[in-house]
Amino acid sequence: MSTLSTNSPVACPGCLATPAQGAPVIVSDARVMLSLPTIHCQACIAKVEKTLNTYPGIKNARVNLTLKRALIDAVPEINAGELVTLLEAEGFEAHELDPGAINDTATHTAGRDLLMRLAVAGFASMNVMLLSVAVWSGATDATRDLFHWISAAIAIPAIAFSAQPFFRNAYAVLRAGRLNMDVPITLAILLALATSLWETWLSGHHAYFDAALTLTFFLLAGRWLDARARSAARSAAEELTALEVPRAWRIDAAGPLEVSVAQLRVDDLVLVRPGGRAPVDGVVIKGRSEVDRAMLTGETLPELRDIGDVMSAGEVNLTGPLTLRATAVGQDTSLQRMAALVAIAESGRSRYTALADRAAKLYAPGVHILSALAFLGWLIWSGDLRISLNIAAAVLIITCPCALGLAVPAVTTAASGRLFGKGLLIKDATALERLAEVDTVVFDKTGTLTTGKPRLCNWASLTQSQQRVAHALAQGSSHPLSRAIVQRAMSEGCQPAVLQAPVEKPGFGMEALFDGGTVRLGRPDWLGITLDDAQVCAVLDAGDGHCVALKFEDDERPGAMQTVLLLRDLGLDVVLLSGDRMPAVNDFANKIGIDEWHAAMLPQAKAEFVEALRKQGRHVLMVGDGLNDTAALATAHVSISPAQALDAARAASDMVLLGQDLSPVAEAIIVARQATKRIRENFRIATVYNVLAVPLAVAGLATPLIAALAMSTSSITVSLNALRVGGRG
Amino acid sequence: MNVLAYLIPISLILGGLGLAGFLYTLRSRQYDDPEGDSRRILTDTWDDHPKP
Repeated sequence: MSTLSTNSPVACPGCLATPAQGAPVIVSDARVMLSLPTIHCQACIAKVEKTLNTYPGIKNARVNLTLKRALIDAVPEINAGELVTLLEAEGFEAHELDPGAINDTATHTAGRDLLMRLAVAGFASMNVMLLSVAVWSGATDATRDLFHWISAAIAIPAIAFSAQPFFRNAYAVLRAGRLNMDVPITLAILLALATSLWETWLSGHHAYFDAALTLTFFLLAGRWLDARARSAARSAAEELTALEVPRAWRIDAAGPLEVSVAQLRVDDLVLVRPGGRAPVDGVVIKGRSEVDRAMLTGETLPELRDIGDVMSAGEVNLTGPLTLRATAVGQDTSLQRMAALVAIAESGRSRYTALADRAAKLYAPGVHILSALAFLGWLIWSGDLRISLNIAAAVLIITCPCALGLAVPAVTTAASGRLFGKGLLIKDATALERLAEVDTVVFDKTGTLTTGKPRLCNWASLTQSQQRVAHALAQGSSHPLSRAIVQRAMSEGCQPAVLQAPVEKPGFGMEALFDGGTVRLGRPDWLGITLDDAQVCAVLDAGDGHCVALKFEDDERPGAMQTVLLLRDLGLDVVLLSGDRMPAVNDFANKIGIDEWHAAMLPQAKAEFVEALRKQGRHVLMVGDGLNDTAALATAHVSISPAQALDAARAASDMVLLGQDLSPVAEAIIVARQATKRIRENFRIATVYNVLAVPLAVAGLATPLIAALAMSTSSITVSLNALRVGGRG
Repeated sequence: MNVLAYLIPISLILGGLGLAGFLYTLRSRQYDDPEGDSRRILTDTWDDHPKP
């Protein structure tokens, strides 16, 4: 798979494997890929496609609603940024995706491969079943033999093709000297085929070709469901990585040049424009600006950076252009070193074994011992090798984990489908099981419980002319406080004043001429004011003699308060950990209703806090977004991060919250508890069925008809039981 | 019983046709966007004439 996908000259490596005649060209020629997280219906598809297709330079655009993506085939001059603005004007949230980081063809081919085998197994089993029904309803002698021979002719090639995944897995595991579910499956299929062939050869009454095929079919169905759920999660995880197109401006002799981050070297001069993220660790050699470190430290207030100051990768430059001399690039940046630490912490999580694996560990040897005992018992009692072998095969077929193979994937597919509909993505297969055990929830503040965007709260106390001046000044800057002012002013319908010569003083604020005087908006110390209040503030001098402080608050994320309430109703302890200052955290915790909170936590302290809880035997769910949370995310029993979170945080967490709303977190716990209950129920159903059917098989009463009936009923019961998780929306 | 000589091959061929059809749809990527395709039938854009 990987050989196909790396640097292949064809845009879509999947098309190499697929004959060209069937493949629509749109997919293979897609140049620009956009993620459209908000589209949800037919009208959205039509509107997006119409908008894009009528835009000059676009040859073809097609929306994929399942992946919430648009694939655009366009002339090389087209810029993804234009298309994003275009779609945003139409009311759709859009993000550029880096096609290089998306490798969905590998997952796709794996899924398609399984589906193809599933189809062949389905076709063969239906035909063989048809012939078997004739035998069961009374075909005898030559007719029966003929039917058996035809069945063999269908079953052998079909199984040789479709059961390959099991054979390969079983071989690999056996060579490593271990056992898993694939070993009894392979043995059952092969033994069933062998004894059936032998019986047919000797004109016997019973042949299990249909059982071998339906077994393959059901197990493949389980495998396919599993692969589908995982590939959906994987492709979405890749999509989140691809959201950040890694580009940087390198200053060469000829001026700034846009290059990919991978091309940067130590001592290169890198330009970080306002609004941009620093791609490297470096020292500021030119410029002065404020940087937003919220992602790294959880602090809401921007920090000032001047010549000689150090800037680390991942920090966002806010007001003025900065030139950095790179001191660390690529894997050596502090950002990447943190991510590497996370990887180490993550490996500790593999302690957890999935329910299915635990079941398999008990199950596989048990079945083999049982079948061997049945074989020996019958051999001693009857002395007939043929009958004994037949019975051993029947035992293996009947106990074969059809229902067990479906028990887990059917439930997780239904549950993850339901959660995906709510806006939560499950990255890890065992995350649901772990989530069901959670008893403590630890939240980060900035960017998780809050939006991380400040909101102006004393707008109404300003005079009208002050409002108009503030609006006009704020329009000229991309500082988050300015944007908050503009947003508030727009929502109040305030018209901006007409200013002359507005300039942004990087690191200080905005300055302009108005009515012959100077008006300013910026840092309190710049305007010569000291405020004892710890609140986030900007000061406005509207030219009318005195300065006014504009106060800001970090807005809570939608659904945050209900989520906290709901979590406590579920009987969970809720804790707030934040890197922010004490008063801000105190106010917020009181407002949202969290009793236990800790402020000014360093990343290490957060992780240690979670570790301490773990040592007490608690199962912690960590919800966080910043780099300061990643270690804690990896230490926790299970973790969730919002899609806006930093790459490292998303990589460290088991689930990703796609929308702005926080309420799916509580929903996830409910669904996870339900899903685990269903999985256990499914195991019980499978066990009950085994307890009923095994004595029949050991007693030699399991005819192919009984085997087929028992197998199908148990599989269908298990699947229907799983569907109960998906329902009740 | 001679009828079996026709019926068995016929049933196999028909089933095989179905299988071949399924494999064709699979290879021509018709399952890439099941959700979108199920909604696209609601649009009336190409109702009066086929897509050029």
